[in-house]
Amino acid sequence: MKLARVLVLVLAAALAAGPAAAQISDGVIKIGVLNDQSSLYADLAGQGSVVAARMAVEDYGAEKKGMKVEIIFADHQNKPDVGSQIARQWYDADKVDVIVDVPNSGVALALNQIARDKGKALLISGAATADLTGKACSPNTIHWTYDTWALANGTGNAIVKTGGDSWFFLTADYAFGHALERDTEAVVTKAGGKVVGKVRHPLNTQDFSSFLLQAQASKAKIIGLANAGGDTTNAIKQGAEFGIVRGGQNFAGLLVFITDVHALGLPTAQGLIMTETFYWDMNDKTRAFAKRFAERDRGIHPTMIHAGVYSAVTHYLKAVEALKGDDGTKVIAKMKETPTDDPLFGKGTIRADGRKIHPAYLFEVKKPGESKGAWDYYKTRATIPAEQAFRPVDQGDCPLVKK
Amino acid sequence: MNTQALFSQLLIGLINGAFYALLSLGLSVIFGLLNIINFAHGALYMMGAFVAYFLLQWAGLGYWAALVIAPLVVGLLGIVIERSMLRWLYQLDHLYGLLLTFGVALVIEGVFRNEFGSSGLPYTIPSQLVGSYNLGFMFLPTYRGWVVVLSLVICLATWYVIERTKLGSYLRAATENPTLVQAFGVNVPRMVTLTYGFGVALAALAGVLAAPIYQVNPLMGSNLIIVVFAVVVIGGLGSIMGSIVTGFGLGVVEGFTKVFYPEASNTVIFVIMAAVLLVRPAGLFGRAQ
Repeated sequence: MKLARVLVLVLAAALAAGPAAAQISDGVIKIGVLNDQSSLYADLAGQGSVVAARMAVEDYGAEKKGMKVEIIFADHQNKPDVGSQIARQWYDADKVDVIVDVPNSGVALALNQIARDKGKALLISGAATADLTGKACSPNTIHWTYDTWALANGTGNAIVKTGGDSWFFLTADYAFGHALERDTEAVVTKAGGKVVGKVRHPLNTQDFSSFLLQAQASKAKIIGLANAGGDTTNAIKQGAEFGIVRGGQNFAGLLVFITDVHALGLPTAQGLIMTETFYWDMNDKTRAFAKRFAERDRGIHPTMIHAGVYSAVTHYLKAVEALKGDDGTKVIAKMKETPTDDPLFGKGTIRADGRKIHPAYLFEVKKPGESKGAWDYYKTRATIPAEQAFRPVDQGDCPLVKK
Repeated sequence: MNTQALFSQLLIGLINGAFYALLSLGLSVIFGLLNIINFAHGALYMMGAFVAYFLLQWAGLGYWAALVIAPLVVGLLGIVIERSMLRWLYQLDHLYGLLLTFGVALVIEGVFRNEFGSSGLPYTIPSQLVGSYNLGFMFLPTYRGWVVVLSLVICLATWYVIERTKLGSYLRAATENPTLVQAFGVNVPRMVTLTYGFGVALAALAGVLAAPIYQVNPLMGSNLIIVVFAVVVIGGLGSIMGSIVTGFGLGVVEGFTKVFYPEASNTVIFVIMAAVLLVRPAGLFGRAQ
């Protein structure tokens, strides 16, 4: 039957392809923002990261200083092969000097190797896996905003301490979910809790009811969501429907962004606690940034990933200016030896393993009555000082660190 | 795995199958009469959910009103699409209809994504359907029960109208030989237009049903449409009962996969599709042409 054959071919093509938007240009300092522009991570990174990079360049006054900076972006569709292909094209043919953002740990790990092979710079804000500064650490990569270890350490610890000592994991089935589950499990076990079960779901799952029933049957006190973006919001929303919380179990959103909370609405999201390294409503500088950012990104207030892109690009330009050159390996080395300072994260440092160090915060989502309006969502439960927020440098098995 | 858990997974599978059935039914009806592979179906399903959201935000009309109005609004849009674009393609190869509707879907989804982002918007369950029933082996959320019952009723009613009534006999006759049916005084082009509108309205109805369960999200259609097409291919293109039975059946298969090997739950339907095509190229319920 011809028609069936045609249809199968089209289905195969539709599964393999998707929208791609690569812009080709050439310039002196060329920054490529590579992330998810069209799917479940597009609001928490997406165009917002491009906006943040542009703002960083403008605020740095690059033009006045005589630096010609160009920003391009593309959609990696959450596929490591697509991301690698774009990165090679960018580094080799399009003269891109640095790639930033790259949410999706699978794609980030692939790019980590490519940047290293080609001696280019890679600044990760969106991806989470702590392996980027662990066994996969590279002299060409800086991991900027947060990582799975920090999330596990912040949220995991806080929950076990308040009595949540038996866990069931709903884990996104790729590098990120695995790393987050692993790091959280370590924290939970160390703090005296236990993991009674786990289930791994494909990335971008719509219906979680089956998984939620399994979590319910496990009788665990805490259902740990080792996923992100649309996966997290769908799981929490459907969890409310299945009476997870009414039944005495609680969700631990291990990676929740403010865009997710906005999407869920406070009635559903209230009481969630999460670890982040940035919230727009922390001080005058962050509020001013958020206001300008929201005007340029459909009213969305910046996530910590957006803030991280801003901060990373700022520091990158600083290093390039100091070096008067943009050789990837040298710039990264320069960035590591220079202390960081920007309006969003304040003062910080970058370690030899490529880990950017700053404080992390344990936030709790406000009740609808406590919120003064849209985007007023978090209250701070605890501040985790910079030196405790990330994995100690000697525990990551990073070959760059001399023991 | 105990029997209780098995029963609850079976039920969950049926609920998800309800969406597959509603959507693949619309596709089958449209393909049967128009010979168009309607790739815009997912986008129109998404629009159904968005219309429900707009009605609530802008007009204060809740879920029950949306259940009626959203399919009408989106159905009307479908009629416009059919009148202005699709009707030029009936004489051409299937590929053209497929390409056109795929393009329409990309445009609609692109516009919504640009406007509303990818995280989606909240839509709550209507107050009458909040809560759950204790079935002994599981707590069934009332809303999910409602979804499965309503879809089943709509599916069977559609099947009845098409296979057992006079109107349905016109439809089926027009599929076989439109010229002859027109000669008997039946306005075939109008029937075709209304059929497309109806198929699209079914998609929008599924969208409204889905809104309280999932986020109202510009991507919700593209996430589903590929699976639904696989369901249609497995069931047999154009077979009404085939799409209903396959829709529910594959929902159950997918549900069990989520228990026994969750990593494969995204792919299992395509594996089945490949197997079915090898053995029965016309699909389980399709007639070989």
